[in-house]
Amino acid sequence: MSVTVAEPGSPDVRTGAAPPRPNRDVYRDVLAGLLPADERLVCLDSDTGLFSGVDWGTAADRYVNLGIAEQNLMGVAAGLAKSGRVPFVNTMSTFAATRAVEAVKLDIALNNLPVRIAATHSGLSAGHLGSTHHSLEDLAVMRMLPHMTVLVPADAAATEELVRACADIPGPVYLRLGRGATEDLPAGAEPLRVGRAQRLREGDDVTLVATGPYPVLAALAAAEELAAEGVEAAVLNMHTVKPLDTAALTAAARTTRAVVTVEEHWAAGGLGSAVAEVVAELGVGCPVLRVAVGDSFAAGTGGQRHLLERNGITAAAVADRARRAPARH
Amino acid sequence: MTETVADGRTLEEHAQRVRELIVDMCANPEGGHLGGSMSMVEILVTLYHSVLRLDPGEPEDPGRDLLVLSKGHGAIGLYAALAERGFFPEEELAAYGTPDGVLTAHPNPAVPGVEMPTGSLGHGLPLGVGFALDFRLSGSDRRCFVVLGDGELQEGSVWEAAMAAAAHRLDRLVAVVDRNGLQITGSTEDAVGLEPLADRWRAFGWTVLEVDGHDTEALRAALGGAPRVPGKPTVVLASTVKGKGLPYVEGQARSHYARLAGRQHKRALAVLRARSRRTETTA
Repeated sequence: MSVTVAEPGSPDVRTGAAPPRPNRDVYRDVLAGLLPADERLVCLDSDTGLFSGVDWGTAADRYVNLGIAEQNLMGVAAGLAKSGRVPFVNTMSTFAATRAVEAVKLDIALNNLPVRIAATHSGLSAGHLGSTHHSLEDLAVMRMLPHMTVLVPADAAATEELVRACADIPGPVYLRLGRGATEDLPAGAEPLRVGRAQRLREGDDVTLVATGPYPVLAALAAAEELAAEGVEAAVLNMHTVKPLDTAALTAAARTTRAVVTVEEHWAAGGLGSAVAEVVAELGVGCPVLRVAVGDSFAAGTGGQRHLLERNGITAAAVADRARRAPARH
Repeated sequence: MTETVADGRTLEEHAQRVRELIVDMCANPEGGHLGGSMSMVEILVTLYHSVLRLDPGEPEDPGRDLLVLSKGHGAIGLYAALAERGFFPEEELAAYGTPDGVLTAHPNPAVPGVEMPTGSLGHGLPLGVGFALDFRLSGSDRRCFVVLGDGELQEGSVWEAAMAAAAHRLDRLVAVVDRNGLQITGSTEDAVGLEPLADRWRAFGWTVLEVDGHDTEALRAALGGAPRVPGKPTVVLASTVKGKGLPYVEGQARSHYARLAGRQHKRALAVLRARSRRTETTA
């Protein structure tokens, strides 16, 4: 299996295949299909523009644009959910996880209400829109909240699977979506199950644990690079950051000499922190090395791919961490 | 003597008992939010005994009207009003402030009749917008009342919700502002002024009614019947007195939180009861 991290949104030059789709577009289209079929569902928008032109059919009155007011958005969602509805709430991830977070915490999480927060522009996907729109804190914030399920689809197909999986989750859900198109993951992986890491590659030397489109692709590419050097790396797509698949992490920590995490998030509090918490408590001496954005507002300016590279979220960085992991005593 | 409600007592009599219960709770070692609980007593009593469609024996009845106490620091006022309405025995109020009790100083939904945990200010009206949206989607004739403090109106989320409610024509949503004019540091107008308050709500697209918030008849007239104007949410601006019922703290910011230990507790009850007797004599 050869993995390259291609520029998104462009047709495959060899096959002419359709370009990958942004996961937020997939979310929109899946939701547009779900809403008319289930009277409980309500789509609450905050003037994101994502739903322009969507024909909701018989569900038109269940699409409600509440304007640019994210705190109110979360409170309204809670009121509806308390009434037996299942609201899908749309905003950009940094607004969900910072501006509106008290309403998410008190109105939604405290009441354990089935609100689905679909948060676009996560990580560095807002790219050139700048630091105000970069969202490098949302995994930390959302995974702290009791009752919250945190889902991160890595490609278009996973987005559809996870949006549909939301139906069976009783409490609140945070769904982390990007902005532009990202490359599809290699075909053939097992179906996603919420709370269960998706094993994309076997390997008994190190374990690479990644969440989100580019991090997962970077982990796969790093595994290829390591394999060429005779190091076998397992790759786990941690699409569910909460509840974290502790069984998979326990197995990884007991059987491989290091865990390397990869995420489009600040190093503090995100996937790497979550994994480190689990592995440290095992006391098995397995190091956890994090590939994430450091303690800065995403150094540099530019698009998502450029910022990922400038901030060290690359396959080379992942491979480097894996190589530098100390041998097990 | 004003009109009696279903149980043969007047709203004033209910209000009197609720005030006594509030004072009793403030005698707890933890103390309580006295002033803002006392100022909204008639508002809550009028809603629970005369306006809201509900059954205290069925607090989760899906057809009930809703009351969200957005000014959640008034929880002891809410608990007292709920006990007086029959949601639970008033003896249970003695557990306020005790370890492992459910009666926390901000509304706890584990208490029968409490709809939502509130008290971080500015949350109630957005919740009310959500409830009222559900009523509209369901074709329900239920109503949702949100009781707000006036200092709370300094929170931006209140106005986000006010705009949304008007934009979406939620005429089964009624906001009631307990306009006692005080917040912890003093006058609301000296902090970040709210006037002209009625004009502000009107400018946000609401039907505005102004009443004496201690006049149960006026409150009944303002809160009953809905929608007041089809397609528009209603706000009732209720002029009240912080600490109402205890003359020596009435209208004073220091009534905000009080611990009425020993003699202070006895004195407060005596003053309340003396006032009650005077009212009966003049009626």
